[in-house]
Amino acid sequence: MENKQLSFYEEARGNGISRKEFLKFCTIMAAWLGLETSGVGQIVKALETKPRLPVIWFHFQECTCCSESFIRASHPIVASIVLDKISLDYQETLMAASGVQAEDAYKTVMAKFPGEYIVMVEGSIPTENEAYCCIGGRSALQILKEAVANSKAVVAWGNCASAGCVQAASPNPTGAKPVHKVISGKPVINVQGCPPIADVMAGVVVHLLTFDRIPQLDGLGRPKAFYSRRVHDTCYRRANFDAGLFVEAFDDEGAKRGYCLYKMGCKGPVTYNSCGIIKWNDGISYPIQSGHPCIGCAEEGFWDNGPFYKHLPQIAGFGIETTADKIGVAVGLSALAGVTGHAVLTNIRKHREIANAPEAGSEIENPKEK
Amino acid sequence: MAERIVIDPITRIEGHLRVEIEVKNGIITDAYSAGTMVRGIETILKGRDPRDAWAFVGRVCGVCTSTHSLTSVRTVENALGISAPPNAELIRNLMANALYIQDHVVHFYVLHALDWVDVVSALKADPSEASKIAQSISPWPKSSVGYFSDIQKKFKNFVESGQLGIFANGYWGHPAYKLPPAVNLIAVAHYLEALEWQKELVKVHTIFGGKNPHPNYLVGGVPCSINIEEANAVNAERLAMVGKLFEDAKTFVNQVYIPDLLAVASFYKSDWGAIGGGLTNYMSFGDFPTNGYNNPDSFKMPRGVILNRDLSKIHEIKADDPEQIQEYVNNSWYEYSKGDKIGLHPFDGETKLNYTGPKPPYDQLDVSKKYSWVKTPRWKGYPMEVGPLSRMLVGYASGRADYKEVIESTLKALDVPVTALFSTLGRTAARGLETKLTCDWALEFYQQLLANIKNGDTRTMNNDKWDPETWPKTARGIGMVEAPRGALSHFIVIDNKKIGNYQLVVPTTWNASPRDINGKRSAYEESLIGTPVADPKLPLEVIRTIHSFDPCLACAVHVYDENGSYIHDLKTY
Repeated sequence: MENKQLSFYEEARGNGISRKEFLKFCTIMAAWLGLETSGVGQIVKALETKPRLPVIWFHFQECTCCSESFIRASHPIVASIVLDKISLDYQETLMAASGVQAEDAYKTVMAKFPGEYIVMVEGSIPTENEAYCCIGGRSALQILKEAVANSKAVVAWGNCASAGCVQAASPNPTGAKPVHKVISGKPVINVQGCPPIADVMAGVVVHLLTFDRIPQLDGLGRPKAFYSRRVHDTCYRRANFDAGLFVEAFDDEGAKRGYCLYKMGCKGPVTYNSCGIIKWNDGISYPIQSGHPCIGCAEEGFWDNGPFYKHLPQIAGFGIETTADKIGVAVGLSALAGVTGHAVLTNIRKHREIANAPEAGSEIENPKEK
Repeated sequence: MAERIVIDPITRIEGHLRVEIEVKNGIITDAYSAGTMVRGIETILKGRDPRDAWAFVGRVCGVCTSTHSLTSVRTVENALGISAPPNAELIRNLMANALYIQDHVVHFYVLHALDWVDVVSALKADPSEASKIAQSISPWPKSSVGYFSDIQKKFKNFVESGQLGIFANGYWGHPAYKLPPAVNLIAVAHYLEALEWQKELVKVHTIFGGKNPHPNYLVGGVPCSINIEEANAVNAERLAMVGKLFEDAKTFVNQVYIPDLLAVASFYKSDWGAIGGGLTNYMSFGDFPTNGYNNPDSFKMPRGVILNRDLSKIHEIKADDPEQIQEYVNNSWYEYSKGDKIGLHPFDGETKLNYTGPKPPYDQLDVSKKYSWVKTPRWKGYPMEVGPLSRMLVGYASGRADYKEVIESTLKALDVPVTALFSTLGRTAARGLETKLTCDWALEFYQQLLANIKNGDTRTMNNDKWDPETWPKTARGIGMVEAPRGALSHFIVIDNKKIGNYQLVVPTTWNASPRDINGKRSAYEESLIGTPVADPKLPLEVIRTIHSFDPCLACAVHVYDENGSYIHDLKTY
């Protein structure tokens, strides 16, 4: 079989996608990636001419929510091109082959495209005993190290691969570690969230293909295009926070009016993600819009920074300073409504060491009055 | 001398599954199923706020996303004596219905279809023949000659690119594939349509739970509020979207999924309607309450056990009875303090990781010793199959009219006896028929929700016992759910307002477990015995049967912890 690599554009046209649809896709991608209008041209050019990128996608200690999220990418052309048209040569949830034939698929890529393929990882890696995660009789750690050695870059999907997620929560019985803690020498892009938003996953892939380089990352390795804004600063309920209008109990009058969920434990003020901008599942909603406080699933260690229904100033260890790089904080601050925002940040710092906090919905000092 | 074949990884499932088979004269004579990954989520839950548990256990699985969260809120409510308001029950039903439909469609097309459909053969199809067949079996509008011709070109381009991606190294051309090229082409077209369609219905989760995968749940109700005069709550626009999503789902299921299922079945029924039956015991916990979770008699899906394929008798399940549900670790990498010969009820469960398998890298597991991270659950000592086939059989044997109608009409259409259900193909067909029923129920629940709101009931939350100060010092509870993959139960012990113990007995634990203390095989292993294998190097027949169960290994493997002391009366299960 002739080994000819078709470009994105050729693939798209072959799949019956019109040039108009293709350009629309590029424009939307540019918007998500925060590019100027002139950036659209770059994306169009890249997708028209670049060959398909070989991708090996591993599953380790995970729940497959990242794969599930990935196939939810909302723009049709994303499903059509990004899902199938990167050359997704190993992906256990989707691939036809099993067993030896499956293993051969990724070994072939490693042999055929050294230095050119991307390794994508879903799940953490157990280090307490390597036998806690084995595929084809080999441990996750062995498989990952071997595959990463000749890769171009590594994408760590979701909180598991980026920060260990639920299995790394205390007491972390299997010694679960994120990708960046067990490999070295290759760039690792941490696409955070449990799972990451589908369109963010697609956006990261397109960024890699378009610019042939990894996106700018924050101090925790997260692409700034999607993780430089706090959920709080982009939340449509923010005006209620500023006005001191809070939900005091689930399904109370405030809840029925869409007031701020801060007192119910919302972690939006310390969570960097695109939920308020891109939203979930084709822009339908996001947790706060549907009445539940943000649980902070895009942050390292969020499982141990709860309980979920206790509100922020009373929780230790969820500090702004440790979760964002300086630029992120600056952007966040400038977007804050002056005195209120400052008061909240101060409040968070002041109270972060306090344990045994009262329950969600109990009386607290209104940050506006501070 | 039997030949040992190892298949690892089994792909197109959730999680890490390894199957080792022994083949003699082209027939499988023995089989071993092993879960090869462990995370320890129960250990992590200990000492946490019970109201947070839904989020932790939700992360057990992102494929059957939401189902563990639903089980968890039921478990905590059961322990604390909380009843969720009727609207919350309806919204939970709608979310579960959405999961069933989306998950079953994705399973059929994305995870299972390639076991029956030869995509390479589709390249040889005559698009006009595909069009003719498609139009003869369904009114689905995407069925023109041009449409199938375009799909074929798309695939041709893909194959000619030389980068076959997810289709690389498939079993194309294998003698066990039986569909004619035109039917393969229809299936390939619908594979792509299903992949694009599946992301729509999950928006029901996004509306009520804010996101998918992993929507939000709440002990005492649901997090969303209903206010038809407000933009920031569930209002007429949001409700209309839910209605449309379910209407569209019903159309897709009735016009694409069911006709395809029947078409595929008609080509495979003569052999695969008799292969892969496996166990003869079936269990369903039942689900979809119409009058509150505490009234199992009101469930759309009935509860019960069938033994020895005797459809004339339904046995009663009592999940709190220590004699009924027990788990063994005699072949699993854990150790019990009183020895590994005994079975423990989940309330008395204990577990300690104790890996005694070969050090990786290894070629074969030593199956004479412990060989899996999956425990072995038993009901009154019997191995049980759980999942869509069990549910359809329990519904049928219970004499439910809606079950009887879909089952009997399908058997008639395929001209097969009821015993054909006890097979790999029967399992796959049961999943489709159940999806059809679920579409109808969802629209009933939706109408009921609208009627409640119209009558002035907008409550979605019961806050009476939200405050831990209102809780007893100790409590324990059980939550039971029929997850898409089968009977799912969680057990909690609340000790001093914190989680003292939390345990899960999961569908794939029942189905994928290793042998029990009497050497009896569980569902996966038993179902493989006697299966013909054309070429042991290309074990298509093995994955066909394993996929018919829709494995979910992340669910099946977990770690239990020792429980504390507790005194609290159990509610109705």
